[in-house]
Amino acid sequence: MKALSQQRRHPLAAVALLLLGLLLTGGLYAAATSVNEAQASNVPDAYSASDVEEGERLFVANCATCHGINAVGSDAGPSLVGAGAAAVDFQVGTGRMPMQMSGPQAQEKPAQFNDEQTMQLAAYVASLGAGPSVPEDEYLDASEGDISRGGELFRINCAMCHNAAAAGGALTEGKFAPALAGVESKHIYEAMVTGPQNMPEFNDSNIPADDKRDIIAFLKNNESQGVPGGFALGSLGPVSEGLLIWTLGLVLLIGSMVWLTSRSS
Amino acid sequence: MSTQSLEPKYTEAQYSEVDQYQPATRTGRISNYVDQRVGGTGLVREFGRKVFPDHWTFMFGEVALYSFLITVVSGAFLTFWFDPSMASTQYDGSYAPMQGVEMSMAYATALELSFDVRGGLFMRQLHHWGALMFVMAMAVHMLRVFFTGAFRKPRELNWVVGCALLVAGLGAGFTGYSLPDEVLSGNGLRIIDGMLKAIPMVGTYISFFLFGGEFPGDEVIPRLYSLHIFVIPAVILILIAVHLFMVVVHKHTQYPGPGRTERNVVGYPIGPVYAAKAGGFLFVVFGVLALLAGLFQINALWNYGPYDPSPVQAGTQPDWYIGWFDGVLRLMPGYIGDIPLEFVLPTPWGGNSVALPVLIPMIPITVLLLGLFVWPFLEAWITGDKKEHHVLDRPRNAPGRTAFGMAMMVWYFVMWGAASSDLMATHFSLSLNDVIIWLRVLFFLGPILAFIITKRICLALQRKDREIVLHGNEAGVIEMLPHGEFREKHNRVNDYELFTLVAYESPEVTPARPNAKGKVSLLEKSRAGLNRVFFEDRVAPVSREEYLEALSHDHHESSAALPAAASAQLESSKH
Repeated sequence: MKALSQQRRHPLAAVALLLLGLLLTGGLYAAATSVNEAQASNVPDAYSASDVEEGERLFVANCATCHGINAVGSDAGPSLVGAGAAAVDFQVGTGRMPMQMSGPQAQEKPAQFNDEQTMQLAAYVASLGAGPSVPEDEYLDASEGDISRGGELFRINCAMCHNAAAAGGALTEGKFAPALAGVESKHIYEAMVTGPQNMPEFNDSNIPADDKRDIIAFLKNNESQGVPGGFALGSLGPVSEGLLIWTLGLVLLIGSMVWLTSRSS
Repeated sequence: MSTQSLEPKYTEAQYSEVDQYQPATRTGRISNYVDQRVGGTGLVREFGRKVFPDHWTFMFGEVALYSFLITVVSGAFLTFWFDPSMASTQYDGSYAPMQGVEMSMAYATALELSFDVRGGLFMRQLHHWGALMFVMAMAVHMLRVFFTGAFRKPRELNWVVGCALLVAGLGAGFTGYSLPDEVLSGNGLRIIDGMLKAIPMVGTYISFFLFGGEFPGDEVIPRLYSLHIFVIPAVILILIAVHLFMVVVHKHTQYPGPGRTERNVVGYPIGPVYAAKAGGFLFVVFGVLALLAGLFQINALWNYGPYDPSPVQAGTQPDWYIGWFDGVLRLMPGYIGDIPLEFVLPTPWGGNSVALPVLIPMIPITVLLLGLFVWPFLEAWITGDKKEHHVLDRPRNAPGRTAFGMAMMVWYFVMWGAASSDLMATHFSLSLNDVIIWLRVLFFLGPILAFIITKRICLALQRKDREIVLHGNEAGVIEMLPHGEFREKHNRVNDYELFTLVAYESPEVTPARPNAKGKVSLLEKSRAGLNRVFFEDRVAPVSREEYLEALSHDHHESSAALPAAASAQLESSKH
């Protein structure tokens, strides 16, 4: 300390201090920006900087019309900052995005982008801000799930819109909850995490990841176990049953009545 | 006491002859043995010779009877396993997605019936499809009776019995629907609970009385079970017996046709042909139901989960015959503009809420159900018709009734259809809100449009009938007359068809008449008004004079003789 106090009035002291200050500021700034860059490129470790770059290119060409340059949103579409990779993987992976036409709800259609392009788009959106990431395989393994628990969770949380047999149902103003047969486990999980369209969001504090897996296991079991008791008539409940008795049932009856009362001539 | 009754009907010798009678064949000996002990001869003589006219539309009542029998038999099978208890248990049967789930005994045994009892699922589905068919057959049967005017004197009371059967059938269906105690049926019960509680003042008490406390409680399933397997089936059986007895007393109605009058019945006797046909038809109905039960799932109760008042599921609907209760509730708005329809009625004990959005929808239901019961009397009052009717109306020949019936059917259809408003929205890519708005419009406009359109169609068909009687059917052959005129040949209908086309009653308007005091009462005025709606537009049947006049036209036209001569030549060349 003595040396420092002796040297502080040295003519070069001001220069040294300035240098030190510049170095520190520059170094900190460099460190800070490199931290930011690191976050951007490896938010989930799976993505590389080139994925993000390629994703941005795809985004500008296909999505920016509605979601805006830099995905900050416009009158036609919401901001995607913080939407997360899971939302992109769901919306683009199921063909809902890019939207074919505007309407009450984005319709499912054959996916427009392949898996790699979808991943790149997801990487770009994930780079914009933290959000739900694409689920890990361990939470998608239906064989690990508890189907009866999954069934209870499904009936409590999902069946009011999606129907007890996951056959889908109507919402207001032309919106609807789709049928869930044939939906990939990954997409079911992502839908729960991100709440696409009019679906509420079921984050991990609401339904933990393990419980989500149970629900997936229940749905997959419903598909694989077959339909007890014959044709399910769309699993729509009493309406389709009533329709069948008034159509096929009545036609069979009338046919046999006409036959029984016809004269042999 | 007349002296005649003291004289013996048969002599002592005749009695001993009967006692000593020895039939020659084995069948004869058996039937004689039975006859001497139960006296079947009289029954067979009375019922076996009962004549029934043969027409396919007369068989819906039979379908109802047979599907009821099948439902009773399959239901008896279900009672061997089903335990109507709301006691809690943990499911450990073979349906994996329910294992370990806590549920009532009722639901657990319903699952056991579906998955662990051999043939149980088939029998459950047979029972349920049978119930749907039972009510459907009753409904179609009633429509046939209504539109052909078979409910008129002397059959008004039997129509009332039939209406009671329909209501009992709805009761049987609804109590059965509620038994498995899964979320679907629980929601149905919740709606009934809501309807009961909406009754001002006493509603809550009635609900608590039915459920043994606050909904859902743990008593309602056993209570519904007693109603479902004992009380209601007994009522239905008794009503069926009365219904059939009255059919025998009244004799069956018949469609108009040559040789058919108000004094006879043209058809086959029950024994042996008709009995064989009817017996065979039981098995046809059984076959149709077994086909449905074997091929199509009904009430997949394993999907719905054990009842819990919190979850409600998309696609929750009642069975078809209760659908209109649900639908009319969906149609009713809770607010009109900004004005809420629910309000609190101030009472000394603190106020009772009046749930108009639930109460108002009960009005059309009550009107339709009550209207069904009183229609025969109402129609007789409007028309002033006091005659017996055993020959049926062709619906077109009673335009007023047919149009009114169609109007009520459309009204019912709108309410019924509203119960599936959500499925209309999803399956036809519509907005649920729009579907409801359109159905609300149709609720008011539909019956009026149906009345007008149906009446016009009936009158048009009657005019077509007149045209056929007077000019014959268009033969599709264009003839050129010697002077160059083209015209279409018409074939006259034969006498049998002619009879059917001209032999019907066509009442005229009966204006309001003053009563004994010489005054025209308000009631009489409204009767006359309704009578005018019924009969003011009228197409009279072709009279004898008109027909003869039309025939004489034929004879003046020489060309009509030409084809006749040609066909006569053809006939003679064949021989």
